[in-house]
Amino acid sequence: MASAALAERAVVCRGVTKDFGAGETRVQALRGVDLEVHPGQMTLLVGPSGCGKTTLISIIAGLLDVTEGEVSVLGQSLRQLRGRELVRFRGRYIGFVFQQYNLLPALTAAENAAVPLLIAGQKRSEAVAKASAILGAVGLADKINVLPSQLSGGQQQRVAIARALVHEPKLLVCDEPTAALDAHSGQVVMELLRRVAVQPGRAVIVVTHDSRVFGFGDRIVHMNDGVIDKVEDK
Amino acid sequence: MSWIALKMLMGDRAKYLGIVAGVTFAALLIAQQASIALGLLLRTTAHIQDIADPDIWVMDPNVQFIDEFKPLTESDLYRVQSVPGVAWAVRFYKGQGRLKLAVGGDKKNAKYQQSIVLGLDDATMVGAPREIILGSLADLRKPDAVIIDESGYRYVWPDEPLAVGRELEMNDHRAVIVGICKASETFNTFPIFYCRYHQAIRYVPQERKVMSAILVGAEEGVSHEEVCRRITEQTRLKPMKPGDPPRPGLKALTREQFVESTLMYFVQRTGIVFNFGITVFLGFLVGCAIAGQTFYTFTLENLPQFGSLKAMGVTNLRLVGMVLLQGLVVGLIGYGLGVGGAALFGKLMTAGGSRLAFLMPWQVLAGTGAAVAVIVTLSSLVSVYKVLILEPAAVFRG
Repeated sequence: MASAALAERAVVCRGVTKDFGAGETRVQALRGVDLEVHPGQMTLLVGPSGCGKTTLISIIAGLLDVTEGEVSVLGQSLRQLRGRELVRFRGRYIGFVFQQYNLLPALTAAENAAVPLLIAGQKRSEAVAKASAILGAVGLADKINVLPSQLSGGQQQRVAIARALVHEPKLLVCDEPTAALDAHSGQVVMELLRRVAVQPGRAVIVVTHDSRVFGFGDRIVHMNDGVIDKVEDK
Repeated sequence: MSWIALKMLMGDRAKYLGIVAGVTFAALLIAQQASIALGLLLRTTAHIQDIADPDIWVMDPNVQFIDEFKPLTESDLYRVQSVPGVAWAVRFYKGQGRLKLAVGGDKKNAKYQQSIVLGLDDATMVGAPREIILGSLADLRKPDAVIIDESGYRYVWPDEPLAVGRELEMNDHRAVIVGICKASETFNTFPIFYCRYHQAIRYVPQERKVMSAILVGAEEGVSHEEVCRRITEQTRLKPMKPGDPPRPGLKALTREQFVESTLMYFVQRTGIVFNFGITVFLGFLVGCAIAGQTFYTFTLENLPQFGSLKAMGVTNLRLVGMVLLQGLVVGLIGYGLGVGGAALFGKLMTAGGSRLAFLMPWQVLAGTGAAVAVIVTLSSLVSVYKVLILEPAAVFRG
């Protein structure tokens, strides 16, 4: 890990293109994207549907390969990581918040939040204890033993945030975290992300098309038709 | 991760029970039908199993199974007795008799019942029933004495208490029941009558040869197979005409070989195995269909969760392990419930006095286990495939 570079730029994308399909059915989702994401900041990726936000975040998170270009995350070129190395890298350094929460319905809130630690091989009792503490930090101390089906959408997303943070990742990627929530719950979730997730050593990337939450970002990256239109720094 | 896999499995009660029910049904049907088929097949060897005294059965070379004896001559007996390694050799008769049952003493309206007659050596009583539940084996030496098996007694005289002293007509000859014994259920369910050899041959139409088989005890220290070989070798007769091939010697089989030979006859010449095999195969197919479909649906519904786990750093290998563990657990539970249910069915039915043929040796358990393993593996593989081809990026597509 190139830690010196990490201190300045958590993510560097250079000339990233991504094609889906081939021949006549080929769709170019990203067309030469250059982007830098800094630790200690919340970067919002915004734009209309189909503009390539989700493709870009998937590439940054190591879930998709680029067609051309170079992506470096936390000083590590993703192209150099293959198979298990990449999976381990994701598990160790990246936290995920999904639009539909994707909590395991049979696990309690604390158990769900403990999943990344269990993946890393930590003992269940220790993992659940640590996850319970994080749940307290996101305001769900009284919901530790509750199943996801007994929680509201906003509460489930807070559990998902606790799950994304429990292993102290260096990069947090959030895909439309407020899309499935009402306005108030969306505000609560974004406030929480701002307060708990954004830290000096951690970069947070949030994909959203919800203009009501634009105010929470330190940088707003506008995308359109597979390219970055504009970057606003606050 | 194993813990998460099990929590995922058991968290969805309806699907979990559905998969277990599918495997249970398959295991139950496979184990139950196989046990009934085996029970029926084993009944074909009931007499060989019950007549435990001899080590070797000697018979005509053309005999394939216990119900097709071709009579031997008295000289065959003497030749067998003279073979080295033979400790003793005695006569045995097995045939069928027609039992005349008077209805309330009205002989004109009598009913008839086919029955099995076993004639035991007059002097030694080799082949006599092991467990007499009423009367005495010694009474078999009385004139016209017969011992009937309990099951046959209840078949012929249902709702009547067991009693000795009852007089019968067997092929127009008098017979008196002096004892009632336990005997294994036979394939054709006819009552079994034990009597002395020379009394038995009085019941049947007179033929030139009447001895069904020779029961042989081997000397200690000589292998039964070796004695069998010697008997066949030394009872071989010279050709009828010069230039003809030598006539074969008598067929001598150990008890185990005779059981096997009889079983193989019924397996090859009757549709028992084929017919029961169809049911077993249907059980297997239905189990595959129910368990496979439910397991597949369960995995499909959990694909977002599997995708999330993939994104969060779970390797494909661990995901495969999770799905296989889920399959293993439902397989074990379904197998246990299925074979347990089949065993309980057999136990209750046979305890209730039914004539159900039911035998569940370890081979049935092992075979059912193998079938369940195939069902679970096939079901898991279909599900595993969906998980393996799942792109982790799919979790970002809603």
